[in-house]
Amino acid sequence: MDRLIYLDNAATTRTAKEAVEAMLPYFEENYGNPSSIYGLGSKSKKALMVAREEIAKSIGAKPQEIYFTAGGSESDNWALIATAEAYAFKGKHIITSKIEHHAILHTCEYLQKRGFEVTYLNVDEDGLISLAELERAIRPDTILISVMAANNEIGTIQPVAEIGAIAKAHQVLFHTDAVQAYGHIPINVEECHIDMLSASGHKINGPKGIGFLYIRQGVKSRSFIHGGAQERSRRAGTENVPAIAGFGAAVKKAFDNMESRTAKETELRDYLIERIGSEVPHCKLNGHRDKRLPNNVNFSFEFIEGESLLIMLDMKGICASSGSACTSGSLDPSHVLLAIGLPHEKAHGSLRFTLSEENTKEELEYVVDCVKEIVAKLRSMSPLYEDFCKKSEDTKCTVKR
Amino acid sequence: MYSEKVMDHFSNPRNVGEIENASGVGTVGNAKCGDIMRIYLDIDENHVIRDCKFKTFGCGAAVATSSMATELVKGKTIEEAMKVTNKAVMEALDGLPPVKVHCSLLAEEAIHAALWDYAEKNGIVIEGLEKPKSDIHEDEAEEEY
Repeated sequence: MDRLIYLDNAATTRTAKEAVEAMLPYFEENYGNPSSIYGLGSKSKKALMVAREEIAKSIGAKPQEIYFTAGGSESDNWALIATAEAYAFKGKHIITSKIEHHAILHTCEYLQKRGFEVTYLNVDEDGLISLAELERAIRPDTILISVMAANNEIGTIQPVAEIGAIAKAHQVLFHTDAVQAYGHIPINVEECHIDMLSASGHKINGPKGIGFLYIRQGVKSRSFIHGGAQERSRRAGTENVPAIAGFGAAVKKAFDNMESRTAKETELRDYLIERIGSEVPHCKLNGHRDKRLPNNVNFSFEFIEGESLLIMLDMKGICASSGSACTSGSLDPSHVLLAIGLPHEKAHGSLRFTLSEENTKEELEYVVDCVKEIVAKLRSMSPLYEDFCKKSEDTKCTVKR
Repeated sequence: MYSEKVMDHFSNPRNVGEIENASGVGTVGNAKCGDIMRIYLDIDENHVIRDCKFKTFGCGAAVATSSMATELVKGKTIEEAMKVTNKAVMEALDGLPPVKVHCSLLAEEAIHAALWDYAEKNGIVIEGLEKPKSDIHEDEAEEEY
């Protein structure tokens, strides 16, 4: 049997059995439209209610503040565009960070083309924004701060509660893209003064194509999809009942076992970081060492390129991801890695492993062996490494003389 | 996304390494864009490429095109090697995904750069050979956008 070690859980996750089981009745049996008046429809309506309550509870919100969407990207688009439009009378300035997901960054570009001004906060070498810089960036016409809860590439967790407090003190709305953080670290919208929060189902073992946007009661937000009265008339279209039911079940599971699951993941993560960091020369851990998602490991390996690394890992049955240009379809490596100050060549040589509780230490031992072997092989082929070795030989000579 | 030939040349690259006191060495690409190729040529007195080695920093396609390019020029005369174009490299690999075509250009350019180095060292002129560009990506960016 071919071995498969899945270490790309930030890309997507295996759908949990509980989620699949929760979905199944809503295809062939209870296929009614939740908006219909008859009994069949109300079964679907009930499923929406159960999932909505489960999700609301998970972030300390009210059920009526949860709006189902087709996923994280839609939630981010909605949060930014609809809020910008609804608050344009107050001002046209938005603050975000340089390391947001493209769902935020490209939406900001879209808004810039439509007369909004956007400030992109810098991050330090660990990927953290500066609260002082955030506070300085706030202007009388600032209407929204959007900073992600945790980064998808390097796993750095932002000080969400502190950002929320600053936003509240300045009476600016605060949206957080929690697609990577939700279900992995506790987030309470009250404690963190979050006005809007985006999350996605398939990052927490739920189905793909489903997410939600939390919108605090009282926040003005235009409808994003126009049509019927679904989602309190803010997001039209017949609800994706099976996906919502599956999402609800995944949320229940993720929050029921969050503590034990993340403890296990953290242990595996630290083991992998420790071994790669100490056994592979010329590598660097990207992202904050401790303020980090429990399952994220991201290293840059000097002198080699990420796509080559990924293909060789794939040949050994290991699924991972990279921030190299070749994996993005452009010539530029990941904007996140550049923002934390990596030079291009180091950013090209990045490798991300995102674990799940299903991984084992034994698997990671094999992964470390493979990484060591592959990195050495690629370096033996690399002109950059050749130059580096020759340079260090020269340096040695100079020292001797 | 890659053909079997590309995967073969990526996983078992031919002619990886260096040649000491090579007749010509050419390095093209830059680390900023994520690919650098270096080609070493050993050319005998009859202008035949006796040996050819490469080192490449880059993606799967970059490694595979370097490997294939060295195979295609090995044993050839300089005139014949000049006919090894990026298209020839691509065809020999059963094609490349469109975003990876620049890798084959890089391979052609690396061969030319090594030949240029050889020509300069020996004070000869190779017909049809132009001074290699140090960075092929600048042109490419213009073409694409």
